[in-house]
Amino acid sequence: MQDFIASVVAGHGYQPTRLMMILRAIQEQYLHIPDAAIAQVARLLAISLTQVIGVVEFYHFFHRTPRGRYDVLISDSITDRMLGKQELMAYFSEKLGVAVGGVRVDGRVSLDNTSCTGLCDQGPAGLVNGLPLTRLDQARVDAICEAINAGKAVNEWPSEWFAVADNLLKPGLLLNAPISGGAAIQAAYHRGLPETLAEVDQSGLRGRGGAGFKTAMKWRFCSEEPETERYVVCNADEGEPGTFKDRVLLNSYAHQVFEGMTVAAAIIGAKRGLVYLRGEYLFLHQKLLDMLAQRRQSHLLGNNILGLGQDFDIEICLGAGAYICGEESALIESLEGRMGIPRNRPPYPVSSGYLGKPTVVNNVETFLAAAAIAVKGGDWFAGHGTDKSKGSKILSICGDCQRPGIYEYPFGTTIQTILDDCGADDVLGVQIGGPSGTFISNQELNRKLAFEDLATGGSFIVFNNQRDIFKIVQNFSHFFAHESCGFCTPCRVGTALLKKQVDKIFDGHGSAGDVVALEEICQLVKSYSHCGLGQTAANPVLSTLQRYPELYQEKLKKISYEPGFDLDGALETARRMAHRNDAAAHLAQIGEDHD
Amino acid sequence: MGGKIRVATTSLAGCFGCHMSFLDIDERMIELAQLVEFDRSPFTDIEHCGPCDIGLIEGGVCNSENVHTLREFRKNCKTLVAVGACAINGGLPALRNFIPLEECLAEAYLDGIGVENPQIPSDVELPLLLDKVHPIHEIVKIDYFLPGCPPSADVFWKFLTDLIAGREPQLPYELVRYD
Repeated sequence: MQDFIASVVAGHGYQPTRLMMILRAIQEQYLHIPDAAIAQVARLLAISLTQVIGVVEFYHFFHRTPRGRYDVLISDSITDRMLGKQELMAYFSEKLGVAVGGVRVDGRVSLDNTSCTGLCDQGPAGLVNGLPLTRLDQARVDAICEAINAGKAVNEWPSEWFAVADNLLKPGLLLNAPISGGAAIQAAYHRGLPETLAEVDQSGLRGRGGAGFKTAMKWRFCSEEPETERYVVCNADEGEPGTFKDRVLLNSYAHQVFEGMTVAAAIIGAKRGLVYLRGEYLFLHQKLLDMLAQRRQSHLLGNNILGLGQDFDIEICLGAGAYICGEESALIESLEGRMGIPRNRPPYPVSSGYLGKPTVVNNVETFLAAAAIAVKGGDWFAGHGTDKSKGSKILSICGDCQRPGIYEYPFGTTIQTILDDCGADDVLGVQIGGPSGTFISNQELNRKLAFEDLATGGSFIVFNNQRDIFKIVQNFSHFFAHESCGFCTPCRVGTALLKKQVDKIFDGHGSAGDVVALEEICQLVKSYSHCGLGQTAANPVLSTLQRYPELYQEKLKKISYEPGFDLDGALETARRMAHRNDAAAHLAQIGEDHD
Repeated sequence: MGGKIRVATTSLAGCFGCHMSFLDIDERMIELAQLVEFDRSPFTDIEHCGPCDIGLIEGGVCNSENVHTLREFRKNCKTLVAVGACAINGGLPALRNFIPLEECLAEAYLDGIGVENPQIPSDVELPLLLDKVHPIHEIVKIDYFLPGCPPSADVFWKFLTDLIAGREPQLPYELVRYD
C-alpha cells in the first residue's frame, strides 16, 4: 500500500490542492481510506493529519471503513422517489442480502442512498463504483444482482445499463447554434479584450447558477485586482436536486464551455483554469480530459493560443459527493484540498479566491453563453429575454411530465408554456430552482421564468395532483439536514430541528403549537445561517406553508401537545431486558396534561 | 393572581445543580418568600404537585417516572419552565444517547467490572429507562427556557421577578453569556 500511495501522491506532484484526487484514487484501490494511508498522505503532502481526516469524513464518497467491491448508491431525489425508488431500493436490498447503508458480510457489495445524481430525466438512477445506472427497474435490478453475484467486473457489464441520454428536447438561442472551436477566442482578440468585456456587459449576461450576479461586473472586478496571478473556475458541481443541464452541456457542448473559460481568462488575465466536476459525473471525466488534450493539439489551450499570445490551460478536479461545494467559496476550499466549508464573504473570490488569488467562478452555462456572446456580440444576446433578464435559460425539466429533458427558453416565458411543451397536464405545482428555490401552485402558472419573478439555476420539477406535498417537503428537509456542512450552528442544528419537526407533523404527531414552532425554526435557520444552504433550507416549508396553510393545520391533532416519537416504544428495550409487561411498564402517548 | 404565587420545582434527569444555583440568590430568598409559596419541591418535600402558577423543571427525561412527573407538572402549572442545559437539550445524561440502551444496561448490570450477581433490576416499583434521554419540550409543551449549566442565580431572580410582576421575562445578554 505504501508504494501505491507514494506513487499516487507523486503523480499529483505532492500538491496539497490535489488531495481530493489523491483520496479518490486510494478509495478506489482499497474501497476505503485506511488510517495508514491518511497518515502517509498527510506526511507526503506536508499537511496536518486532521486536514486529511476532515476531508475523508466530510465527503460522502470517501469512507474510513471498507465499502463493498461493488458499491451501489441509489439516488434519493424526489424525482427518483416519484419513479418508484423506494420500492426498488427495498427490492435491491433484499435481493442482494445487504441492508441499506451496509456492506454485505462477504464484503462483495454495499448499498446506500445518495443525493440527486443529476439523472432525474432517466431515473430511478444510481451509481455503481461511481458510474451512472439509469432507468432502473426490477428486471434491471435482477440483472445487476446477477452480475454482482457472478463477480462480473463493472467494465464488462452491458453498456446500455450505463447509457445516459442527453434528452435535448428544445434547443434555443444557445443550444441551436453552437460556435465552432476557436471562434470565440478569435473574435475576442479581433475585437479587442476590453471591447469584448464591454460586449459581455452589453449582453446583460447574469450568472446562470441561480444567483444572477452580472458576469461582466465579476470579470471586471477580478481584472482590476492588483494581484496578477488570477484564476478562472468553472462550477460544474451541479448538485441542486432536479438539475442536470450541466451534465448535458459538458457531454455535448464542452468545447464551447472551455472556450468561454478561455475568453474569460484572456479578459481577466488568468493563466490557469479549473473545472470542478461533481463526483457523480465521473463518467464525463475521461471524455473531458480527451477534449482538453484535443484543444491543446489545436492550439486552443496551452502556450500562445492561436498565435494570439495568450497562455492558458485547464485542469479538472472531481468532487466527492457534497452539495455544499456548489457554493463558490466552499468549491474553492474543496479545490484547495479542504472540507467544503463556505468562507466568510467578503472578501469575495474575485479578490481572494483560489489560493487567495483573484478568481472568477462561473457556472457551466455562463461560460457557454459568454463564448457565444464573444462571437455574436452583446446586442444579439440582449435582444432576447426581458429587461432585467437577458438571453435564454436552459432548464432541466423532470417529474410528472411526458417529456422530461433539456429545454431552452428566452427569459420571460410563462411557466404554463413550459408545462405545455413538456407534456404536463394535471399539475399540482412546480418546484422551480430545486429544493432551495420556490414551490409554485397551479394557481400561479402565468408567472414568468426570470430573475425578477422565478429565478432558477435550471431545476424545474413538475408534480401532478396525485402527489403529496408533505412527502415532497419531507424529502427536501431531509436533504438539507443531510447536506449541511456542519460549520455553523443555525444550519447544522437548525436543519436537523426542521427535519425533526417536519417529520413530527407529517407523521401525525403534531399538536396545536407545532406549526407555529415549525415557522419559528424556519425563521431561525433562514436568518442566522452562514451561507445559502441554511438560508434556503426552510424554503420548501415556507413556500408550501404560505400556499397550503390549511393542509398543515389539518395534520394537527386538537390537543395542546403530543411527543414526536413513540413514547411507549421507547421503553421496549428496557421492558424486554427487565422481563416486564405490567401496567407501570407502559406509557400513554398522550398524557392527561393537556387541555 | 390573588394571594401568593405558587411555585413548584423538581429535578428529573438532572444533578440538582440548577436548584443549588437557585439557592444562590441568597438573601433575596427572603424577599422572594414574601411573594411566593412553594408547592412540590425539594424545599418542601411535598410529594405531588397541586395547582400552581409556575413550575420549574431541571433535568431531561430519561425514564417513565420522569414522564409521569413532567406530565403532573404540566397539568398543574400555568407556566412551565425548562431550567438549564439538561432540561433544554438533554445535557450530560443525553451522552448515553450515542450508546444503545441494551449496551448501557449490560455494562452496568451484567458485564461490567466488579458486577456481582449480574441481573437487570426488575420490579414494578422501578421506573423503566427510555431508550434515549429527551429534552422536556419533546414530552410536554414548555412555555419558557432558562439556559445555562446551571443558569446563574441572577437568571432565576430576573426571570421570576419579571414573571411575578406580570412582565414578559427578558434575560439581558450579560445573563446568558458564558465566556
